[in-house]
Amino acid sequence: MYDFFHNTDTGIVLLTFIEALALLVPLLIGVAYLTYAERKVLAAMQLRKGPNVVGPFGLAQPFADALKMLMKETIIPSGSNRLLFLMGPMLTFMLAMLAWAVIPVNDGWAIADINVGILYLFAISSLGVYGIIIAGWASNSKYAFLGALRSAAQMVSYEVSMGFVLVTVLLCVGSLNLTAIVKAQQTVWFCLPLFPMFVVFFISTLAETNRSPFDLPEGESEIVAGFFVEYSSMSFALFFLGEYANMILMSALTTILFLGGWLAPFNMEPFTWIPGVVWFVLKICVVLFFFLWTRATFPRYRYDQLMRLGWKVFLPLSLVWLVLTAGVLMAFGWLPNA
Amino acid sequence: MAFLDRTARSLVLGELVAGMALTLRYFFKPKVTINYPYEKGPISPRFKGEHALRRYPNGEERCIACKLCEAICPAQAITIEAEPRDDGSRRTTRYDIDMTKCIYCGLCEEACPVDAIVEGPNFEFATETREELMYNKDKLLANGDRWEPELARRLELDAPYR
Repeated sequence: MYDFFHNTDTGIVLLTFIEALALLVPLLIGVAYLTYAERKVLAAMQLRKGPNVVGPFGLAQPFADALKMLMKETIIPSGSNRLLFLMGPMLTFMLAMLAWAVIPVNDGWAIADINVGILYLFAISSLGVYGIIIAGWASNSKYAFLGALRSAAQMVSYEVSMGFVLVTVLLCVGSLNLTAIVKAQQTVWFCLPLFPMFVVFFISTLAETNRSPFDLPEGESEIVAGFFVEYSSMSFALFFLGEYANMILMSALTTILFLGGWLAPFNMEPFTWIPGVVWFVLKICVVLFFFLWTRATFPRYRYDQLMRLGWKVFLPLSLVWLVLTAGVLMAFGWLPNA
Repeated sequence: MAFLDRTARSLVLGELVAGMALTLRYFFKPKVTINYPYEKGPISPRFKGEHALRRYPNGEERCIACKLCEAICPAQAITIEAEPRDDGSRRTTRYDIDMTKCIYCGLCEEACPVDAIVEGPNFEFATETREELMYNKDKLLANGDRWEPELARRLELDAPYR
């Protein structure tokens, strides 16, 4: 059996397929329940109850929504570029799923444990802009186009400071491999020594996933719904799924980089009994709660404020911290692989 | 100095944290939602809902076809036709209210000298077709029979203010 799955071509393909399925199915269920959690959390913070009619505590709500989406008609605007119009949401969704290939859910539980995992993730999340730009352009609508432009500019801006934060973490680890990054946090999670970078990274992920308070691309008060105004039914659902899958992905990334991945909070008996996956999922849930919490708390940024924050606050801050980290590592001889 | 102070304050994100603490407090507060179809808010005795024609306790209808309600209705939603009944009393042969025209101002209720036409507490009378909202005398009398205890209680409660 082992021989079949690891040494024959069909076996390897089959194994990868099974692994992908084992990751993506829980992920998609997670996405479904993230929408439910978002509605519940927002409702609770606004003193409402949120969905509570479909199923016990409204737990069947995501499936009711999905069914509703599927029943609707896919409308393709007459002035649009049909091919690109349909490609946009598919690309967004595919990229959001693709990135999960390198995420280690537990020790050694990654579909592809490549040695440049973080680079791969960064590349995939940058590609996400394409889905949005294509959608905005192919819709042939001014609101969609404005939304797409905003989104592109925003994602590009925040990727810069995110990149520097990543480099800071990489300096402390000495590897681009995600498993190695988690293992380097055995003694202390990076969120403690690199706390400012942790905050910068979290806020950048909010901007990267177009979440409130940085949800200008879909600012409903001025450009209706941004880049996906013209989308309906399943093509809209793909954008929606992609956005929420990206949120989970970014939470997973935050967990891996700063919160010790699958590691238990204390490396001792009662905590290590719980399997790593549970810790990993638990940490993702906490980060996701922060996502929803910020959405319930803060008003949307103005566009120039958003750009100012990205370029004039986060970029210098992360640069300074990068140099500082490098200096400290050099001075105390803490450099890994040195 | 003021600049340093301001910068330091904004760097520790004090205001953001305070805001988030506030929303977290609200997160755990009891919720104010009324679970509508199962729970309902209180309704004033003056609430102007669905119309009803009332009867006397002996079963005789109150309306004497004075047509004051028809005359005062600002939306001209009421149509009345009347002729003497066999026993010589004056009664309506037709009493229609177009509920799609009605603006629920309550003037018909105020104009009525015998408390025959009233607006009741019911506001859940949505229909699937427009025709169902053209109420005739039978429908209004049926409403009156259905809601009478509640209608009488409301009139009594509101009487001191009339």
